[in-house]
Amino acid sequence: MNKPRLAIIPGANCAGCDYSLLDLGEKVIEVLMAVDIAYWPTAADLKLEDLEKLPDGSIDLVLFEGAVNNDETEEMAKLARRKAKNLIAFGACACFGGIPGLANVASKDGILRKAYIKSLSTVNQQGTIPCKLTRLDGIELTIPEFLESVKSLDQVVNVDYYLPGCPPPLKLVAEALTAALSGKLPPKGTVFGSMKSVCDDCKRIREDKKITEIKRYHQLIPDPERCLFEQGIICMGPATRGGCDAVCPTVNVPCRGCMGPTPGSQDQGARMLSALSSVIGLEVETGVSDEEVRKLILQVKDPLGTFYRYSLPKSIMRRVWGVRE
Amino acid sequence: MVEDEEVRIGVYICHCGLNIASVVDVKKAAEEVSKVPNVVVAKDYQFMCSQPGQNIIIEDIKQHRLNRVVVAACSPRMHEPTFQKAVERGGLNPYLFEMANIREHCSWVHEKEKVAATEKAIKLVKAAIAKARLLKPLKREKVNVIPRALVIGGGIAGIRASLDIANAGFEVHLVETRPSIGGNMARLDKTFPTLDCSQCILTPLMVEVSRHPNVTLHTYTDVVNIDGSVGNFKVKLLKKPRYVDESKCTGCGTCITKCPWTAPSEFELGLGKRKAIYFEFPQAVPLIPVIDPEHCMYFQKGTCRACEKFCPTKAIDFNQKPEEIELEVGAIILATGYSLYDVAKAMPEYGYRKYKDVITGLELERLVSATGPTKGHIVRPSDGKEPKKVAIILCVGSRDEKHLRFCCRFGCVAGIKHAYYIVSHIPDAEVYICYRDIRTFGKGYEEFYERIRNYENIKFIRGSPMEILQDADGSLYFDVFDANTNRIVTLRPDLVVLETGIVPHPTFKEVAKILKCAVGPDGFALELHPKLRPTETSVDGVFLAGAVQGPKDIPDTVAQAGAAASSVIALMSKGYVETIPYVSSINEDLCSGCGICQPLCAYDAISLVKKEDGKQVAKVDIGKCKGCGVCAAACPSGAAQQLGFNDEQILAMVRTLTR
Repeated sequence: MNKPRLAIIPGANCAGCDYSLLDLGEKVIEVLMAVDIAYWPTAADLKLEDLEKLPDGSIDLVLFEGAVNNDETEEMAKLARRKAKNLIAFGACACFGGIPGLANVASKDGILRKAYIKSLSTVNQQGTIPCKLTRLDGIELTIPEFLESVKSLDQVVNVDYYLPGCPPPLKLVAEALTAALSGKLPPKGTVFGSMKSVCDDCKRIREDKKITEIKRYHQLIPDPERCLFEQGIICMGPATRGGCDAVCPTVNVPCRGCMGPTPGSQDQGARMLSALSSVIGLEVETGVSDEEVRKLILQVKDPLGTFYRYSLPKSIMRRVWGVRE
Repeated sequence: MVEDEEVRIGVYICHCGLNIASVVDVKKAAEEVSKVPNVVVAKDYQFMCSQPGQNIIIEDIKQHRLNRVVVAACSPRMHEPTFQKAVERGGLNPYLFEMANIREHCSWVHEKEKVAATEKAIKLVKAAIAKARLLKPLKREKVNVIPRALVIGGGIAGIRASLDIANAGFEVHLVETRPSIGGNMARLDKTFPTLDCSQCILTPLMVEVSRHPNVTLHTYTDVVNIDGSVGNFKVKLLKKPRYVDESKCTGCGTCITKCPWTAPSEFELGLGKRKAIYFEFPQAVPLIPVIDPEHCMYFQKGTCRACEKFCPTKAIDFNQKPEEIELEVGAIILATGYSLYDVAKAMPEYGYRKYKDVITGLELERLVSATGPTKGHIVRPSDGKEPKKVAIILCVGSRDEKHLRFCCRFGCVAGIKHAYYIVSHIPDAEVYICYRDIRTFGKGYEEFYERIRNYENIKFIRGSPMEILQDADGSLYFDVFDANTNRIVTLRPDLVVLETGIVPHPTFKEVAKILKCAVGPDGFALELHPKLRPTETSVDGVFLAGAVQGPKDIPDTVAQAGAAASSVIALMSKGYVETIPYVSSINEDLCSGCGICQPLCAYDAISLVKKEDGKQVAKVDIGKCKGCGVCAAACPSGAAQQLGFNDEQILAMVRTLTR
């Protein structure tokens, strides 16, 4: 009997997801023994041609890591889809755009100009900016070209399963691999994770959600027993899918939202923003001037990076072009 | 309806006469939306709300097997119930109906841009269709009503309401914070405009309510807590100790005669004295005395016990403790009444409490009363002499931007009545009424005013004094600019009577906080609608009677008490209430009990409960939920959804509108 074929294909990624596989420990050997690796540039010496040569739909399980940010990763995403029987968006970037997705606050040209011309540490008097095709001494050099927006995998191709997290929690990786290798995958579209939010996994004591002041993490040593949100720290737990065993809150670090929106939610950032603005200053709400409301809300530093750290490309907000660089 | 049944939508575009049709091209709109998927039939009609209009919907539901209906017309507030009923008559669940507002939101505001208005109307209808596709049948739940009412406040409003409810055959618990029922009306000597003796018309009702088999009286008792919702309120009362055993006391009054200690009488507003053990007033109901521990020598020093010694029935019980009483009631009437505006503090220019001979109208009532501190003789508090010159000042604190913006609604006629008191008791007295406007709107008030105006020794001065001053000899004087004669008049009255403004009784603030019922900017209870629902509050099953809702004279108070009582009787006769269907619904599979929603609920409808597995989830009490949607908007996980307005439905509309 043939072993199932597995490929792990990178997009715009940091390889952190690969490390999460290594967290399987000795079990990783069992997994590797049980499968044929068709492609895994991080770990196996296989070339792109090897992958391209395989018949379409012949790879039982493809894990795609990273966001789609340029024409190369877009091509890889399409290739992954063609070759895969089952395609899993692996990690927060593939699922929601992740950290690279924050690039969507600026335009493609704006980012290039900032990185290659305007940044203080750069000297670039000619104002040269990388472009797709460069001719030099009769040689043609090509490099990948940025897309106008960073996308999640499912904004480029159809995705069968989602395994969120930054990196994906080991327990869920094991669950997904076991299901795939035993041929017992859940219905297509399933997100590996909990139906509830991180709060459901979190053991901290919740008493009263009314908060009047937002504190940044360096401003206090949080009480290890009580809900971080109730201590004034913005913890994304209430708006984030559980299944991670609330590992961050357990060690006194607020949830940053890497598991993405909850199943009942359309927009993780908007949900959290709405929840926070509903409870902040609740006690003093009546008769408060607009200026005071502004002050309350201005306590949130970097709102976009706080509420949409991992999910900006999947927000229901639309981009307005040309507003800022 | 079967879940995956094909969606068949009927769309009806109303002309609203020319209100819509003169701006929006209704024919074009109907034609455009007829092309939208799932739309089976699209029509326009002159008046959809008319009987023939509604019949079109009913017939189409049958003929075209419609399972969703969209009407584009006026605002849902206006006609949603009309069309929901039509849809129901057609055999569909009434909530499989959606309304697009193309009048207020379109034709009325885009009169001059007909083409664009038509485009907008089409978009609005398409958005309604997008939502209609996702509508699900909703149902109203029935909640049983406990046939027992709580009336808070034992003044004339509470007494009248209690009697009406009790006479209809329902049980009533009447709670009064003072030792006797009767309220402010019991303090009045006569009532305008008929000048009947106030006590003579009030005491029979006090006695009747105390003896009524359906009424339980809780005097000297406060409301501590109220939980639950319409039909099922759980009430906690705290009965303050009287130190007199009610079951043994016969009301003979021996204890009071024997008590050697005195204190200022609350009922006499400090004008007279009472004993440390006292009746609230001679006609008190129940006629059971109460010991005031602050002035009782036994409580202060452990001695005396005269009352105990002389009580023939051994009713004195110094060991009495506050008693908690728990009740379950189906409806509540708030009849907490009013207090006088604190003129001493807020308006020092009038010298009330600074000069003994400046008194309030209510204090004058006590001076005139045969049972009052002077046995009905009008005298100056300073020296006990009969005043020969009296100034009555109207609108003290009322209709004043710096104080109370509203009219007290009885000060004018009360002032006129007070002038009558003076001249009928002291025929050679002169009375000056300083007024801003005389408002005599009630039945018989103008005639009464006419009659009093004809007294030669009652003079009307149109103006308010700036400041009341005292001369070296102790006499009071003030200047007032009379706008009728354009002259400054200086008055040196022996007695000044202030017709003060009124504010809600302080107990209302407490009760409003417990019940979370809406309070208006003036501090009075906010009725649900100023014209059409004047006795209802923002909390279902809680009604208003009398001055708790705003200043009122006795006839209006009694009328509103009757209205509130009939609302309660209607609720109880029916025996159940139907909840609104647009309530919040929390999906327990998605809720992780983070607790964001709970403090936000203005109606106290959300609680956090622990499930069997020890995990926390939020639960909605649909009896309390008003469907405001705050929890659904705030829910960070999307577990809380408002039925009929869920995320999916609203986003479908947004997507259609932004396409």
